[in-house]
Amino acid sequence: MPLNIGCTARPGRGRDNKTGSWRVFYPIFSKEKCTGCGICSLICPEGCIERINEKEYIPDLDYCKGCGLCAEECPGEAIAMEKEEK
Amino acid sequence: MKEILEGSHAIAESVRLCRPQVIPAYPITPQTHIVEALAEMVADCRLKAEYICVESEFSALSACIGASAAGSRTYSATTSQGLALMFEVCFNVAGMRLPIVMSIANRALSAPLSIWNDQQDSIALRDSGWIQLYAEDNQEALDLHILAYRICEDHEILLPAFVCFDGFILSHTYEPVEMPTQEEVDAYLPAFTPYQRLDTKDPISFGMYATPDYYMEFRYENQRALLRVKEALQKYGALFGEHFGRDYSALVEGYQLDDAEIAFVAMGSICGTTKDAIDEMRAEGRKVGLLKIRCFRPFPSDEIASALSHVKTVAVLDKNISLGSKGAIGLEIKDALYGSSIDVYDYIIGLGGRDIRKKDIKAIVDLAEKGSGDMFYGLREELL
Amino acid sequence: MRELRIHGRGGQGSVTAAELIAVAAFQGGIYAQAFPAFGVERRGAPVQAFVRFSDETIRLRSQVYEPDYIIVQDSTLIKDINVFAGMKPGGVAIINTEKPGKYKAPEGVRIIIIDATKIGLEEIGLPIANTALMGAFAAATGEIEFSALEDALRGRFEGKLADTNIRASQRAYEMVKGGSA
Repeated sequence: MPLNIGCTARPGRGRDNKTGSWRVFYPIFSKEKCTGCGICSLICPEGCIERINEKEYIPDLDYCKGCGLCAEECPGEAIAMEKEEK
Repeated sequence: MKEILEGSHAIAESVRLCRPQVIPAYPITPQTHIVEALAEMVADCRLKAEYICVESEFSALSACIGASAAGSRTYSATTSQGLALMFEVCFNVAGMRLPIVMSIANRALSAPLSIWNDQQDSIALRDSGWIQLYAEDNQEALDLHILAYRICEDHEILLPAFVCFDGFILSHTYEPVEMPTQEEVDAYLPAFTPYQRLDTKDPISFGMYATPDYYMEFRYENQRALLRVKEALQKYGALFGEHFGRDYSALVEGYQLDDAEIAFVAMGSICGTTKDAIDEMRAEGRKVGLLKIRCFRPFPSDEIASALSHVKTVAVLDKNISLGSKGAIGLEIKDALYGSSIDVYDYIIGLGGRDIRKKDIKAIVDLAEKGSGDMFYGLREELL
Repeated sequence: MRELRIHGRGGQGSVTAAELIAVAAFQGGIYAQAFPAFGVERRGAPVQAFVRFSDETIRLRSQVYEPDYIIVQDSTLIKDINVFAGMKPGGVAIINTEKPGKYKAPEGVRIIIIDATKIGLEEIGLPIANTALMGAFAAATGEIEFSALEDALRGRFEGKLADTNIRASQRAYEMVKGGSA
């Protein structure tokens, strides 16, 4: 795959650095509690939380480092962090 | 139509005809008249562009990056200390492959402080990945801006360019130039089509970081793109000739070179004085010629080796010094002629505005004939 | 090729004079080049400006060392600077002064003395000598037509300022033509 002219990149998609394997905890999103405010998506340092419906967000687990910021900031407590079985 | 005006104003008019959309610039002698004129054109609605007053040259070129990445035809101008302050940004522009055109009114670097001309400023940025074109007179200076946009914005190139012309010696000189019309420039220079651009609806980042696994390949691609400029310059230089009647397809240009035994190599306004001196020496029966370098980056080594293959001696006139070594052009010429039996002598001349006369050019021929070179020419011994 | 060197002080309009003479010469159908001796042009410091005239394209970029013509805007400069340096025989030196003295001009140089500051004061109301000296230059050398000089002045100045400068220029032109300078 040739290089992008000007060393450009799209957000959220590093060529090499799939950071998902760092995870110890992973986020579980509750559709019922979600208010659709979008703070989780904005706060995510990897930019890997995508909105798929008005009140439904999903993380890209290839990149989610399990930092838990989304769960910490979610005003509706709609995100829970759970230990991942590897 | 031919008209007579100051070099700076001729360049500003030419830039206006290129329809730049964003001009972030900071004034500095001897570039000031150019950006002053452009600011006035924007204020008077003669030029529909965003003129951004910035607080430094670093900001000027940084703003250029944003504007160019957002898809605008972008222009700036600077010189000397201003260019030095842009050092870091210059490398970024080239690496991000942004086709920004910037005028350099060549001036010496501090210390000691000097507002006068030499070519140290742009030469100091020879490794930054920018195309570097040098003008002999004001006609060439204004033409090269139009040509530069045509080359830079080609998607096979996507590189920035310095259009260099000697500060004061050209920028502050009134002389006649042929000013193209807007229709002529529009017919030659199509609107800027960005290869990719910043867009909030489809976000993209420029100049991301590259790990050791990728960095070298990015640098290699920059090198390949810059080398492709030779071909692009030939193509668009010839096209320029078809549109405007002045052909710029040659990266180097010979003057009285065909049967010359001693050849000067020079760049910029010194070529004019050298040509006059050559005419006088020719009248005395001396076989002297000149090879003028129009394009310093990419460096036309092959073209130079072939143009100089028949001469015995080469005298390089360098308005710069790579301290601790030699003049930058001299070094390149020695590289280009490596393995030949041609003697190459380098002369550091005209630093910090020291005037260069025809008699100086003639004296250098005498020195080269005696095999004396690789020196500062015209030092005032009483000061040393 | 003919060359003119203008000696003046910062603020006296030497560079403007060089530029307007070149503009007028170009309008007359020849090639002209004008440039200053680039420097730190603080008011009152000695400055120089140059003009070249030729039927062919001018490539030479050095300063002027062997002028055919000189204009001295301020005769007090003569004490400090050899304004006649390098002048060619047959050349013309135009000197602005109210007290003509003995000048060490090279042989064969025609000296024209004119009180251009007085003309400036009377016509423009300011101690501006350069436009009068341009008129004197046109008359003494024939390098530029007076009508071309008038056009060049109108191109640079507006309204009343153009009128008064042209009057100063014309008065000096006629004085030199009539032999009273």
